[in-house]
Amino acid sequence: MSQPKDFGFGEDEKLLRDSARKFLSDTLPVDKLRKLVAGDHVEAYESAVQPLGYDENLWKQIVELGWTTLAIPEEAGGAGMKVVAVAAIAEEAGRAALPSPLIPTLIATAVLCEAKSAAASSALGRIAAGEAASIAITNAQGSWEPTDTDVVASQSGNETTLSGTASFVQDARKVSFFVVSAKNSSGIGLYVVDADAPGVTIRPDQIVDLTRDQARVEFKDVVIAADKVVATDGLEALRRATPSMLVIVAADLCGAAEWQLQTTAEYAKVRTQFDHPLGFFQAVKHPIVNAMIDIDRAKSLTYAAACEIDSEQATAEVAARMAKSAASDAAAFICSRSVQLHGGIGFTWECDVHIYFKRQKHNQMLYGDGIYQRSKLGEML
Amino acid sequence: MARKDTPEQAEFREHCRRWLGENRPAPPAVRLPEMAIEVSTEDHMGYLSDWQNKCWEAGLVGSDYPKEYGGGGNHGFLRIANQEMSKAGTPFLINVIGLGMAAPTILHHGTEEQKRLYLKPLLAAEEIWCQGFSEPGAGSDLASAQTSAVRDGDNWIINGHKVWTSLATFSKWMILLARHSNDHKYNGLTYFVAPIADTPGVTVRPLIKITGGTGFNEVLFEDVVISDNMRLDEIGKGWTVAMTTLTHERGAAEGAGSGGGAGVEERIEGLVALAKKTPRGNGTAWDDPVLRDRIIQVAIRANGLRQTMRRGRVEGLIDHPMRLPLQGKVVMTELMQDAAAIGMEIAGAASSLYIRDENAPDQGDWPLGYMNSYGMTIAAGTSEVQRNILGERVLGLAKSK
Ligand SMILES: Cc1cc2nc3c(=O)[nH]c(=O)nc-3n(C[C@H](O)[C@H](O)[C@H](O)COP(=O)(O)OP(=O)(O)OC[C@H]3O[C@@H](n4cnc5c(N)ncnc54)[C@H](O)[C@@H]3O)c2cc1C
Repeated sequence: MSQPKDFGFGEDEKLLRDSARKFLSDTLPVDKLRKLVAGDHVEAYESAVQPLGYDENLWKQIVELGWTTLAIPEEAGGAGMKVVAVAAIAEEAGRAALPSPLIPTLIATAVLCEAKSAAASSALGRIAAGEAASIAITNAQGSWEPTDTDVVASQSGNETTLSGTASFVQDARKVSFFVVSAKNSSGIGLYVVDADAPGVTIRPDQIVDLTRDQARVEFKDVVIAADKVVATDGLEALRRATPSMLVIVAADLCGAAEWQLQTTAEYAKVRTQFDHPLGFFQAVKHPIVNAMIDIDRAKSLTYAAACEIDSEQATAEVAARMAKSAASDAAAFICSRSVQLHGGIGFTWECDVHIYFKRQKHNQMLYGDGIYQRSKLGEML
Repeated sequence: MARKDTPEQAEFREHCRRWLGENRPAPPAVRLPEMAIEVSTEDHMGYLSDWQNKCWEAGLVGSDYPKEYGGGGNHGFLRIANQEMSKAGTPFLINVIGLGMAAPTILHHGTEEQKRLYLKPLLAAEEIWCQGFSEPGAGSDLASAQTSAVRDGDNWIINGHKVWTSLATFSKWMILLARHSNDHKYNGLTYFVAPIADTPGVTVRPLIKITGGTGFNEVLFEDVVISDNMRLDEIGKGWTVAMTTLTHERGAAEGAGSGGGAGVEERIEGLVALAKKTPRGNGTAWDDPVLRDRIIQVAIRANGLRQTMRRGRVEGLIDHPMRLPLQGKVVMTELMQDAAAIGMEIAGAASSLYIRDENAPDQGDWPLGYMNSYGMTIAAGTSEVQRNILGERVLGLAKSK
């Protein structure tokens, strides 16, 4: 299939994106975000269990707006929109540093869409009906390889049970079910496990990012009903979903990076030292421009990759890894400059910049940082 | 929305494709340099002028210029011709400064007589043009130009020293920024089209580039007499006219106005090929994860540039109209520079071998390309100046100066 010149980003996508941007800037302006996630540093970092810091009411509205069902096929009750539309929503989520299970749900959707089974369709139906989900596919070492999981699925007679621990599960405390990868006799299987199923224990991590939660999810002889077996051989589905996963996180990175860029540029306009606004000095101006160039590159690559996925290009994985590499690196740079160029205030809890900095550091490594993506690309080029 | 071809444009695009497919010239005896401004031999000049002339006759050059000035009288054809020439990988158009800078400036500011006189031979590559803006004391700060123009009846007497003048040895005409008054920095400037070939008092001296080759020149004016009808626009309007030229220069520097030429993609493919054929330890340089990472970094930047050019035409995905267009020059030229530098690192010891050495990898293209790349990051607004412009015009940061 040939690729549309405009990335497939037409009027519908623009309308969706513009309304999402407006909705988030109206309902979650940065001062509200700060109250939500960074109101109190002791509570944030010293509670036995970190506060969830998200607005359930806002989440309900997001579900009603249909953002979680964008990529779900119409047959399964979704909107059947393209990955560029998903990317646009993820970019807005990043711009708002939105604390919610939106990103993990979009990613779980991508995996389920690729699995193409009755169990996958019924799980997609649950998402379409408003439930949130997250994938649980990462081992204790934090490997991004889909073959590496610490969970084992054993079969006795007709019964499948899961045992082991999935690590680095995103927004685990905000979702109602997980899509778990586990080793079985035919390789890597994919299973739907409800968060409150017997034998499931969620052990929250103490994390830096204030806009998410993360956990180890333990499975102790968790019984999996036949209609929850998404795939006994799920590796291909995971592999095929990888470009979408990367694009979603890359888009979030781009949106958040744009906020960091604009906020830093704004500060360089209003803060005066040595009789000039900071931006007069090229040691300030030029790095901000470099950050803009990096962000634009990442954004272009992200939409290009989304478009390649939509047009079913065999090279979509190359494009997506390029996008994630560029987005991770762009974020790393603007993170660094956003704090440095705010000076002392940038080093404080009071300054909003740290909220984005922390989300970006998390995003940067999620599903592989720039170096990781490039080493994968090295095997493909 | 991506720009869609109108039926006429689509037909013209088809014409370009067919014509370029059928008329691609055989390569010259000696390989062409990468860019028009590097051309230094009569042979190359003749070959390339002929090529531009043929393209002009076929309607691929000057397509959007009015018919009465030698153009095609169309709208939105120029972009298509350039795209198709670049896709076809045919030789670049030699009269870059004429096409990219002089012609749009003359069209905008010239009298009817000037347009009729200058544009057709320019488009047809019968007359080559150069740009006399920079001086020893005026580079980035162009408005401090000191070359003087003193009124003498119907004539002007020009005295001064222009430098880094690309293509001057082949040029019949120069777009000249000169100073008629020292009272005002900007309003003291006046713009001329100056004849420089066989003109008494004009001396063109080649300057030797960092590469050892010729490429640009210095042009000395000693009591050179030029007629007042070679003045473009009003006395004191020189800076405004120069701004018109510079607005077009950026596009020209990105290759938009100059047709084909060596592309970023080729450079990246060359890098990967070089790494895969360069022995390193028991394998090749491509097996070195550190080098490979750096190659892939520039490959990502190259693809990023391509996708950014694509995104620049998608209205829904741009935040500020000048944000992407203004990045093109700095992103492209620095990418080419970094790619060439990595090429040298891959070649390792053999990167010491220059173009005359038969053992030089890729005929010494990597050290040559690396050195030449600085021409691009310095000319047409240095990277530093481009960053000032981006910070100020796009992000609204305070003017640095
Ligand atoms: C290959 C090539 C071809 C050229 N062809 C032509 C031509 O045909 N006609 C013509 O007129 N000119 C031509 N030029 C000249 C070119 O336009 C100038 O070299 C350029 O504008 C820089 O001026 P300069 O050399 O005087 O350097 P300078 O302006 O002295 O700059 C020196 C250094 O200081 C930096 N700098 C200067 N001002 C600032 C600032 N405000 N902020 C931050 N950094 C700054 C520059 O970026 C640069 O790194 C050519 C140059 C090259 C390299």
